Amino acid sequence: MDRFLFLTFGGLSTGAVYAAFALALVLIWRAARLVNFAQGAMAVATAYVGYAVAAATGSYWVGLGAAVLAGLLLGALVERVLMRFVGHANPLNEVIVALGLVLLIQAVLGVVFGNGYRPAPAPFDTDALTVRGVAALSPYDLWVLGAVLVVVVLLALLFTRTPIGLRMRAAAFAPEVSRLLGVDVGRMLTLGWALAAAVGALAGMLVVPTGLGLHPHAMDLVFVVAFTAAVVGGLDSPAGAVVGGLLVGLILSYVTGYLGPDTTPLAVLVLLLAVLLVRPGGLFSSARARHV
Amino acid sequence: MTATRPSARSGVDRPAGPSPLRRLLPGAPATAGPRGSTLLRHLAVAVLAGTLVVLLTNQLAPYQNLQVARVCAFLCVTAGYTVLVGLNGQLSLGHGALMATGAYTVALVQRGFDERGTQGRWILPLSLVAAVAVTALAGLVIGLAAARLRGPYLAGVTLAVATLVPAVSTIFTGVFNGEQGLRFPAETPPAFLGAYFQPERWLAWIALLAALLTVLLLANLVRSRFGRSLRAVRDDEVAARLAGIHVARTQVLAFVVSAGCAGLGGGVYAVLTATVAPGKFPLELSLFLLMAIVIGGLGSLAGAVWGAVLLVALQDLPSLLTETFSLPSGLAQRLEGNLALAVFGLILIVVMLVAPGGLHGAFRTLAARLRARRRAPEH
Amino acid sequence: MTAVLEVEAVSAGYGPVPVLRDVTFAVPAGTIAAVLGANGAGKTTLLRTLSGLLRPTGGRVRFDGADLRGVRVERLVRRGLAHVPEGRGVVAELTVEENLRLGGLWRGDRADARRAQDEVYELFPALARRRRHAGHQLSGGERQMLALGRALIARPRLLLLDEPSLGLAPKVTAQIMALLRRLCDDRGLTVLLVEQNVRSALSVADQGVVMSLGRVVTAAPAARLRDDAQLRHAYLGF
Repeated sequence: MDRFLFLTFGGLSTGAVYAAFALALVLIWRAARLVNFAQGAMAVATAYVGYAVAAATGSYWVGLGAAVLAGLLLGALVERVLMRFVGHANPLNEVIVALGLVLLIQAVLGVVFGNGYRPAPAPFDTDALTVRGVAALSPYDLWVLGAVLVVVVLLALLFTRTPIGLRMRAAAFAPEVSRLLGVDVGRMLTLGWALAAAVGALAGMLVVPTGLGLHPHAMDLVFVVAFTAAVVGGLDSPAGAVVGGLLVGLILSYVTGYLGPDTTPLAVLVLLLAVLLVRPGGLFSSARARHV
Repeated sequence: MTATRPSARSGVDRPAGPSPLRRLLPGAPATAGPRGSTLLRHLAVAVLAGTLVVLLTNQLAPYQNLQVARVCAFLCVTAGYTVLVGLNGQLSLGHGALMATGAYTVALVQRGFDERGTQGRWILPLSLVAAVAVTALAGLVIGLAAARLRGPYLAGVTLAVATLVPAVSTIFTGVFNGEQGLRFPAETPPAFLGAYFQPERWLAWIALLAALLTVLLLANLVRSRFGRSLRAVRDDEVAARLAGIHVARTQVLAFVVSAGCAGLGGGVYAVLTATVAPGKFPLELSLFLLMAIVIGGLGSLAGAVWGAVLLVALQDLPSLLTETFSLPSGLAQRLEGNLALAVFGLILIVVMLVAPGGLHGAFRTLAARLRARRRAPEH
Repeated sequence: MTAVLEVEAVSAGYGPVPVLRDVTFAVPAGTIAAVLGANGAGKTTLLRTLSGLLRPTGGRVRFDGADLRGVRVERLVRRGLAHVPEGRGVVAELTVEENLRLGGLWRGDRADARRAQDEVYELFPALARRRRHAGHQLSGGERQMLALGRALIARPRLLLLDEPSLGLAPKVTAQIMALLRRLCDDRGLTVLLVEQNVRSALSVADQGVVMSLGRVVTAAPAARLRDDAQLRHAYLGF
């Protein structure tokens, strides 16, 4: 029972990171109708920036800010310089360009920083606190949960309460009508990419200290898990991404805890296939059929 | 290999297939002449290309022959892959894992015979056939799921498959021996070639035979009614269904064929070094393969040849650079593993942005333009 | 009266296929012009070209005397041109309130946008009752009202309307047509209306522009079109 609780708390904490990462995927899906396969690599790149700044300034928080800022810039850059110019004749084109970006980013990181693991210190203790004899959350887990919660709330407020959020939603749902109403759809798209990459950067900063370490491939598996989380929740639904992330985090925590860490990729694949084949719209999809 | 050039002859006067709609389908080429002649033409091209490469291998040093062998092994994979992605529109990112499946099958079969003390020249072809069969079966399983998935979903699922390789080899460490992987007896040239026959040349011949068989089979498949179905399904599923094409069956079959080719390529790849290990089939391998078919031009078998050649040539680029420019050792070391990655990534991006038809498509457009210009004054 | 909209020899199309050829007509301020014609005559393409969604391949469009060439679509609403596209004018995923807010966002003046929004609710009480409902929950008539109301929030001087009567009950159509007439007479709004429903369009329009296969066949006062039996039979089918 104690072990179950321990795994549950751990699962919620990693699940929160997956949720943030899935949210980044959903943001771009909603804005541009594409799955950003470069999300993982982009997040690694910003995490390198973040931890380099943290090491130089001695402050994790300055590093975190730098990573999020780098995410904003990188996201906007990728949309303005690359994705905008990809032909839409074939829906595979965007995926292929994103995958090219993955190779390019990982190679550049490898050349600049080397392929080895780099230290990425956590700002808080990662040892679980013991409450009445039961190992529960660590201070770092609490920070992760809190940070993701704040981001989710901020995003929700941005999209539902502000004019810019209304513009972004309208531009995503009905680009042509939005243009007729004076919305600069191109700018909203850039903004969507920037926001998504910033959320991804935060997720990257949060996930790196939890045993993964910082290296160019740190996010390969995290991306696949986050994609699964986004699919579980439905690619269209930000709320679904959060719930999907937590759910996948829990499931993987139990699988890893009871069956061993090597089974995780297999569990991810099984979960992904099960959701796609049984309920392709995700658990929270509206009734509309999914195309593309 | 010009096998993929659409037939210039048009057989419009020939009675159309079961449905008149089929002729209206986008992407369906004019019916080729009698089947036999296409097969013969492809066969002639294959024999010619094969002879040329064999003659070439007689002139090459061992390392270069190994390069030729690697190109041929990759060609098996890229040819089958480009048919799936380019002609059928299914983007798989799991072909590296399928290669691994073929490679491990070869290793396990060969070890199985070796442990029983069985020897014989038939073991190699048998193990390769087993590799094709097992991988095709894996392709069937993935293909059944894939037929219900589209675009980014399929890419995501197959990406998850690609991340599985190290995990599976560790979970079933008793069978696959984890990170270390498996060794099996190296392939040696047969005695009748002489005692001093270069082993690498023999390996190149094996790989060449596999590649020629694969490309020959695919070239004919692409020309056949099945090939037209592939394109019809890619272009418009609804129209294809209206034309009487079984969409799901076509997609699954495309995946099976493509996987079988990847299995053969992976098997040959393993034979070249007589070892398999999960580290040889990382996630990037799948992306490298994608680069290879994108740069050649998606859906083009001739492009697949380009891709396979570049895949091998570009991986040698870093060592070539460090030798030529005598770079500082730290930088050289970091470039070693990453330069090819960067180049491949750039190629993927640039080709998709500038010339989505790939090199082969660009050459074809250029050639067509030149021909048009030459013809223009006549009119 | 000066013309608010002047269309001079405009040609346009999709890819190499020309849809509009040499279209010329003008709409005087404060009047309603109805573009009439069969399916495929190029009516919707004409509106899309006028609002910049489609680039003309030739000719020019003047709005208030200024050439619209090179003006970005997003800027047109600020100049006083509103376009209600066919069928899909309402963002189905947003609520009625959000749709209306979207229409006034470009102003930046929240209080003014709020006032304009209240005016729309006054104009269409049905919308006021469904404020919090998403666009896809509305009936066809409510959607049309919402699209029209949202365009009016911009207080445009020129309104381009694509098939406002499509799928609506005759009574609702009549209401909308009457409203357009009132807006023209009271506020000096200029309307360019694309319609299949020739009778109801001619009942409010000042001028009819009859199109066939991408060309203007005739542009004449609406009254004359109503009375010219030959023209009606040839192009308008009644």
